[in-house]
Amino acid sequence: MILVFCELKDGKLRKPSAEALSEGRRLADATGMKLGALTVGATSNGAADAAKHGADVILTCEAPSLASYSSDAFAAVIASAVKAKGATVLLGAATAMGKDALPRAAARLDAGYAGDVTGLSMADGKLQAVRPVYAGKAFSTTAFSSAIQVATTRPNVFAITEKAAAGAVEALAAPAGDFKAIVKEILAKGGGKVDLTEANVIVSGGRGMKSGENFKILEELADALGGVVGASRAAVDAGWGLSHGIQVGQTGKVVSPTLYIAAGISGAIQHLAGMSSSKYIVAINKDPDAPIFKIADYGIVGDLFEVVPELTKAAKAMGIGAHH
Amino acid sequence: MKILVCLKQVPDTETKIKVAADGKSLDPADVKWITSPYDEYALEEALRMKESAGAEVTAATVGDDKAKDILRNAFALGADSAVLIKGDGQGDTLAIASILATYAKDKGFDLILSGNKGIGGDNSAVGPMLAELLGFAQANVVVKLDIADGKFRAEREIEGGTEVVEGALPAVITAQKGLNEPRYASLKGIMAAKKKTIEETEISGHAPATAVSGMALPPARPEGRKLDGDAAAQAKALLDALKNEAKVF
Repeated sequence: MILVFCELKDGKLRKPSAEALSEGRRLADATGMKLGALTVGATSNGAADAAKHGADVILTCEAPSLASYSSDAFAAVIASAVKAKGATVLLGAATAMGKDALPRAAARLDAGYAGDVTGLSMADGKLQAVRPVYAGKAFSTTAFSSAIQVATTRPNVFAITEKAAAGAVEALAAPAGDFKAIVKEILAKGGGKVDLTEANVIVSGGRGMKSGENFKILEELADALGGVVGASRAAVDAGWGLSHGIQVGQTGKVVSPTLYIAAGISGAIQHLAGMSSSKYIVAINKDPDAPIFKIADYGIVGDLFEVVPELTKAAKAMGIGAHH
Repeated sequence: MKILVCLKQVPDTETKIKVAADGKSLDPADVKWITSPYDEYALEEALRMKESAGAEVTAATVGDDKAKDILRNAFALGADSAVLIKGDGQGDTLAIASILATYAKDKGFDLILSGNKGIGGDNSAVGPMLAELLGFAQANVVVKLDIADGKFRAEREIEGGTEVVEGALPAVITAQKGLNEPRYASLKGIMAAKKKTIEETEISGHAPATAVSGMALPPARPEGRKLDGDAAAQAKALLDALKNEAKVF
């Protein structure tokens, strides 16, 4: 069995989890294995959606004690579900929770782990993964030798497919005893916007933006295009009050949007490492020799303070944002 | 309080990655090796606890002889002891975590700090694996850490914000940028570090559970085009192209 750890939010499967589950279904079809989905929490509201994406079995571990996330508790539940079903492949999305719980579950299962993968296949009965290394400057193929193989899938890379399956629900017992660590509260910021790693459109600013206040024009463009705002390291480190959470690059986030617009970003090798797997790249820079133009699909040599507002105006006139 | 800081030696971020003739490893020519940037935040946090609470700081790395450079650097910054555990520090994460767990388990560490990922393999796995193997609590991608009365309160980055994790020591905490501002080594520290002894040991761990069977550079992107005219013309041309050519909208 291929077991996929799925996260629920507001009574639905989170998008990255639906992506991981869809990939699990493709791998299951290719090998004749069964596909299971696993949810853990105070409620399993929305877990039934896993059947839409091909889950033959849906395991739910529901208990009030699991209302808040705990690395050790969730990893223990995940590992025992893998053992209970005799699963040999464990997948999950490479979200904050996935990257926190699945490596821990892997160690508990004596299993190899490949994180943030962009491609999966089965070779000789075991998982094989393609994943970015050196922040995306290269891609490596990872082979497993352990009996159980664990991987997390990079958000926004694997297509979501719908393929109805039985989705037979099985309840799992909650773990007993004290948890070693637990989430006490969540401090939200950024107005509930989509995370950079899951965004389809990113409008990013660099040193050429000259100030934090100027990022407002990028927010307006992002809103018009249905996207979110990112920044280069130079901008984040410039003391303009920008959060490290929006930094794109080798020591920031590695993103894979459909569209990446880089405004006032020169294109240092470390920045490129974070966004070069974007499907389409647009560069706006007044320096025609900026390295970013070498990887841009569309380049605009010009003053971003003139171009960006024109883009926002034109996007609104074209009604682009209305479709997202 | 005894703190272990796990460091990894990685290629400098300026490095242009080249694949070696074997088709699966990094060509080491012209590579400059540094302490993984996220590990610097971990070491800095440990040094601050040394200054504020008298904690004892041990720096360790799994690596080859050249990894002694990052341990020498840890001494220069203020670590009390440093140990090179001979092994493949660039290899399988379960193997590395099990080596570190074997090293750490009988030494009474209250806290193990590391970067949330090593910017080589980028797996972000060793921290959580080490915590599981030692039976410790964990908090990863931490931007704020408070320790008091044998307990920790950590703020960690999640989508759309941060979450507060609380637990008891001993714990593995992995650092994110923003946890602190790492110090620079002083000349005095650098000179003193030259005289310090780096402990060397060899520990066998779990056999590698994964192996890299191939590595390739990303496919070259097709050449793009520049859009002409004034700002308004360029804007319109771009949106037309994105809509009709790229079909993004």
